[in-house]
Amino acid sequence: MGLGMDASIALVAIAPFVAALLAPLVHRLAKPFAGWVLALVPGGIFLFLLTLIEPVVSGGAISARIDWVPAYDLDLSFLVDGLSLTFALTISGIGTLIVLYSGAYLKGHPHLGRFLGFLLAFMGAMLGLVLADGMLALFMFWELTSVTSFLLIGFDHTRQAARRGAIQALVITNIGGMALLVGAIMVHWLTGQWEMSALGDEIRSNGLYGLVLAAFLVAAFTKSAQVPLHFWLPNAMEAPTPVSAFLHSATMVQGGVYLLARTTPWLGGTEAWTLILVCFGGATLLWGALGALRQTDLKQMLAQTTLASLGLSVLLIGLGTEAAIAAMVLYFVAHAFYKAGLFMVVGAIDHEAGTRDITILGGLADRMPLTFIGAALASLAMIGLPLTLGYFAKEEMYLGLLSGQWRDIAVLVVLLAGNGLLAGVAMLVLVRPFLGPVLPTPKLAHEAPIAMLAGPLVLGAASIVAAVSTDWLGHTLLEPGAGAILGEAVTSHLTLAINPASAIFWLSIATWALGYLVYRQAATLRTLLRRFEAALGWTADTVFDAVMFGLIRFSGALTRLLHHGRLEIYLVTVFAGLALALIAPLVALKGYDALLPTAELGNWAAKLSWPQLQPYEWGVIALALIGLSAVLMANNRLMAILALGIQGTSVALIFLLFGAPDLAFTQFMVEVLSVVILALVMTRLRLDERDQRPLEDLARDGTLALVCGVGVSLLLMVVLSGVLDTRLSDLFTATSVPIAHGHNIVNVILVDYRGFDTLGEISVVMAAGIAIMALLRSRAKPAVPQPKPAPRRRRKAAA
Amino acid sequence: MNTIIFRTIAPLIVAIMLIFSVYVCLRGHNEPGGGFIGGLIAASSIAILGMANGAEETRRALRIDPLAIAGFGVFIAGFSGLLSLFTGSPFMTSIWLYLELGQTTVPLSTPMVFDIGVYFVVFGTIAAVALALEGDGEEER
Amino acid sequence: MDYVLAALVGCFVALGVYLLLSRSVIRMLLGMTILGNGVNLLIFTAGRLTREIAPIVPPGLEQPDGPIANPLPQALILTAIVIGFAMFSFLLVLAFRAYQSLDADNTDTMRVAEPVDEPNPPLSY
Repeated sequence: MGLGMDASIALVAIAPFVAALLAPLVHRLAKPFAGWVLALVPGGIFLFLLTLIEPVVSGGAISARIDWVPAYDLDLSFLVDGLSLTFALTISGIGTLIVLYSGAYLKGHPHLGRFLGFLLAFMGAMLGLVLADGMLALFMFWELTSVTSFLLIGFDHTRQAARRGAIQALVITNIGGMALLVGAIMVHWLTGQWEMSALGDEIRSNGLYGLVLAAFLVAAFTKSAQVPLHFWLPNAMEAPTPVSAFLHSATMVQGGVYLLARTTPWLGGTEAWTLILVCFGGATLLWGALGALRQTDLKQMLAQTTLASLGLSVLLIGLGTEAAIAAMVLYFVAHAFYKAGLFMVVGAIDHEAGTRDITILGGLADRMPLTFIGAALASLAMIGLPLTLGYFAKEEMYLGLLSGQWRDIAVLVVLLAGNGLLAGVAMLVLVRPFLGPVLPTPKLAHEAPIAMLAGPLVLGAASIVAAVSTDWLGHTLLEPGAGAILGEAVTSHLTLAINPASAIFWLSIATWALGYLVYRQAATLRTLLRRFEAALGWTADTVFDAVMFGLIRFSGALTRLLHHGRLEIYLVTVFAGLALALIAPLVALKGYDALLPTAELGNWAAKLSWPQLQPYEWGVIALALIGLSAVLMANNRLMAILALGIQGTSVALIFLLFGAPDLAFTQFMVEVLSVVILALVMTRLRLDERDQRPLEDLARDGTLALVCGVGVSLLLMVVLSGVLDTRLSDLFTATSVPIAHGHNIVNVILVDYRGFDTLGEISVVMAAGIAIMALLRSRAKPAVPQPKPAPRRRRKAAA
Repeated sequence: MNTIIFRTIAPLIVAIMLIFSVYVCLRGHNEPGGGFIGGLIAASSIAILGMANGAEETRRALRIDPLAIAGFGVFIAGFSGLLSLFTGSPFMTSIWLYLELGQTTVPLSTPMVFDIGVYFVVFGTIAAVALALEGDGEEER
Repeated sequence: MDYVLAALVGCFVALGVYLLLSRSVIRMLLGMTILGNGVNLLIFTAGRLTREIAPIVPPGLEQPDGPIANPLPQALILTAIVIGFAMFSFLLVLAFRAYQSLDADNTDTMRVAEPVDEPNPPLSY
């Protein structure tokens, strides 16, 4: 291998993003084959990950680390152990098939390139999520999956339902993302570690365990759509079918399950953990399974069963026994295979027959035989028949619950009910569209293209092959996967042999029997469930809408309150703030003490001695005051220009008198140019003779202005009574000639010491010039026809 | 403003002001002056010329668009800072070069180039604005 | 003498604020300039005042031979004056343009960006 292991593993998470950027280009160049070309990326990743199986199985975990933000001592660390490898292989393997499938499903779609780009970026985020060891990297990839899934779900953005589904998914999963960040920071704060693999028992024994647990559970439950945060998942079905097939089988929603499994070694195993996970998982299992029966849309049915499966996984992690964890690992793979396959089958049916409604489909097996085979393989795994992966998952689930204690029995009943309902749904999905009498469909159904068939067939076959080679399965999947979660070696005891004497066997039979019963009574159950839902009257969706619309209304009202559009009120607010900032510290910190006469410094009379100013200095100050009053009094344009010139000139004179010739010259030139420009523009502007403000406003503004002025004066006096820190000035003065070769210190500061600032400042001048030219050159548009409200003189009229 | 006296004498004033502005700019490192002041003086002269001869005429006389001059100023100011990279020192470290020309020594330095850049920016920007405002009325008519 | 300047700065600021609060665009523009001058003087005075001795090292010397004016505030103010002028020109032209195309020079009647009867945001996704 040319690259080091560190770089290779980092590349696994990064390569999909690069491919995502190139996807639109690839689509343009290789139009009909874009899917095939881009599938090479996940395919290559899959093959590379396969080579890691051997070292992981024999040697445990591989960790990789590259510098990320060295300044903050943050590394991008990756960990490949049995758990993350299982997830990563499933993600990249199914990802390959999905990219292929998408190429055919959205064939001819103008934005196929964009779609494939989103898909690959999502896959990269997901791979990063399962491979990351550092919690901040985990958080980053976690949020990336939220954002990319938002783009995927809302891909068909012209439909409101798609936008709603996308926003819902983003909002809900981002709440979880924030919780994850909080949890990660708390863990780092408590233990000083960012790497999850370095954590041991510290968190569980800490007093803040409850808070950390809550943060991580909120994250996992939002992502994995546990009741009552489940509603975004069915709505995410607005996405094109390949997205659902990917997001809701092996990736997005399994992120939460993965997080729970990953945190089990250092967060799990406590009483609270077990109780919460089992309760929420069980509730989600039953809710989802019953929800599936309520639907007639095949895609919605599958979405609801995904909910159920997620609940099942969470429940198993919560139990935390060896058998339960083994079952969870098996179930994750089995579920990913059959659910991705079924979604792809449903997509094929939709694509070829034009509908997904289970009540008007039938007899497609003759027209779409290969699709039917794919559907059959997946459904049988979902039912859990022997020779499929689903069978082992189910066996393992029941295995750990045979102790006879009441808690185990309760869980067993829930599992049995859930599995039975799911088996019933699986039968419905298999039988209704494919068998029975042929029903007319909106489109004349025919076999789907090979790229769309590859997915279900490959996954179905893989499920069987894996199930038949039990030793290999136990050795390479179950033992490292479950071992990584439990933190101890696990021995596989999978066997194909059926033992009629064991309780497990009879539990399986009971599951299937229940499934068959559900299948037969599907219509009755659907009616009952729909009646129940109608009686309930509201759903989590209603609540979500109410919250979102409430937010929109609130922000609208707040905006109108703050952005009332009256400039003078904005300015009054600003200057009131200024006045407060000037006066408050003087009062609060007793800053004015410096101005009061003290015993040593004599009395008021000494303090108030007539200032030692030369007559011409008094003259300049008088000129300034005259200029200011003239500006205030100005009632025509000429007067205003002249007055402005007078006050500017007086400022220039002050600069000149107090040793600043550079400033004085600059100010003079600016005054000259100001007068010129004002004269040019003013002729075309109007100046009201009088201030138009009503009297109360005049009083308010005058007071505010006086307070600001007095505040600035007082502040300045306090500053002047203190000691000036001249270190910087002294440095410039002392070094100006020796090292900067300039005698004019001001100029040396401008062009040498602080040259960078000056560079910025001349850029600002230049930018202002460009803006002015743009304003002047844009042709004067006719006055915008806008409702002209009468100037606010309400109060004046009242007075 | 279009009296014959003003129009006749304006080019003379402008020429003197322009020369003076360059003088002020170049002496700025050692005596009062510098790029800002020089640029303002030069811009005023252009404003005067614009008043006397009209904006179009003045623009033709300038030959280069004033805003382009300003852009050139920003460019050479930034470029003078980049020169120090060749000596391996940080951005904007000044470099001094003393040219012996007969009796006198002419100091050349990157701060001087920088100051000339400032001169061009101020001159170009304000001249552009003044000319545009002076010319605006003409177009409307 | 510093305190006289301090009082003068207060006058500049007060008038600047007062004019900025008026609703006439031209008066606001004048206020802006005066406020800018006031702030320049504020920085200048805060750096202490020295009569008539510019911060320039006499020719032939390495160091100034005696106390000089504080060069640092001067350098700060010099650029502030020029930028203030650029800003002033921009605002002037903006006011001029607004007057041309909106036929309004009173901020009460300039409601293009924030119209009086702005509709509620739509309640949908």
